[in-house]
Amino acid sequence: MSDSFTLDGRAIPCAPGQSILQAASAAGVFIPHLCFHPEFRPQGSCKLCTVRASGRLGSACTLPATPGLSVESDTAELNARRRVLLQLLFVEGNHFCPACEKSGDCLLQATAYALKILTPEFVQFYPHRAVDASHPDILLDMNRCILCGLCVEASHRADGKDVFALAGRGLHSHIVVNSASGRLGDSTLTATDRAAHICPVGAILPKRQGFHTPIGERKYDHKTVAEQEIAGESE
Amino acid sequence: MTTPRKLRIATVSLAGCFGCHMSLLDIDEHLLELLGQVELDRSPFTDIKLPGPCDIGLVEGGVCNAENVEVLRAFRQSCKLLVAVGACAINGGLPAQRNMIPLTEILEEVYHTSPGLAHGLIPNDPELPLPLDKVYPLHEIVRIDYSIPGCPPSAHNLWQALSDLLAGRPPELDQHWIRYD
Repeated sequence: MSDSFTLDGRAIPCAPGQSILQAASAAGVFIPHLCFHPEFRPQGSCKLCTVRASGRLGSACTLPATPGLSVESDTAELNARRRVLLQLLFVEGNHFCPACEKSGDCLLQATAYALKILTPEFVQFYPHRAVDASHPDILLDMNRCILCGLCVEASHRADGKDVFALAGRGLHSHIVVNSASGRLGDSTLTATDRAAHICPVGAILPKRQGFHTPIGERKYDHKTVAEQEIAGESE
Repeated sequence: MTTPRKLRIATVSLAGCFGCHMSLLDIDEHLLELLGQVELDRSPFTDIKLPGPCDIGLVEGGVCNAENVEVLRAFRQSCKLLVAVGACAINGGLPAQRNMIPLTEILEEVYHTSPGLAHGLIPNDPELPLPLDKVYPLHEIVRIDYSIPGCPPSAHNLWQALSDLLAGRPPELDQHWIRYD
């Protein structure tokens, strides 16, 4: 019998080096997440995957899957916390799904569906954020950025370029572009870079492809984020 | 045995496009079922100017001017349950795209400096409701009981929510049916 821990009462096999999130995913159990991507180093920053592991709260993407651990994830308390985190993300940016090319393929939207969010409830910030259309093939729309840092990771680790970085603190945190002008068009980003396709929301988008896939055939039109994940079709 | 009293429903489109009302008409044969159970107070289908005491108020669109505020407050006062219907009612939607530009700048450009407006003037008739500094979601002006997202919400979701409300239950949408677009 291999090593295992329990997740919401169910035994989940685990191997040394695996995180709780990785082990759960491998066993077909969905834990909501935004900044985690199986190809990249976990950051534990979005806090959506927060679970209660043997009594203590922690990010499932960074907590090691330790044999014997008792983990709670799909509970009323943790899902209520997740809903608040998502609702805050929606009001802090400018997320207007009907006019967004990423709608239907968006992890933020699909995760909010999974947690049955019908309204953001909080006061909208309507922040003033820039759109950078200077690159011939890629659009950068800061209005939709959720600061997951995946573009930073992908550009550094997969592309070896460091086109993106996170700057500022707290509410002033934002993505900056590595070029003398600060514009994407003057950076070394190319359309085939991993960083150009990693964004889970509609902040970094390939140009001339918007609304190419008709409504009804998009990624999350027929399968929920959990069903995608369990089917191993995520990302 | 007495026939149950028909529930009274009021509907309005504030800073909206009437798309949500069109989607409501899209419930097809359920309309007959609905009309068997409700009577309409103020709505685009009647000529009632202000809502009387109602059980349910359905509000489409966000709040963009002083008249929207007045109507929304009248709805809140008159309706036992107030439902935000559609993307604009929930987060301002398309009209809220003006929120990132100062109002004076928009009025100047639309009525004054736009090419082709030789002697343009910003309208200033006392009969025109004053625009607000920005477009607000309903819940920032009055208390909202329930929200049905979508642009517009599908006929399926509207009927689901309405049947729940008519049966005295809080509206419940299955996650497979929730859409923000």
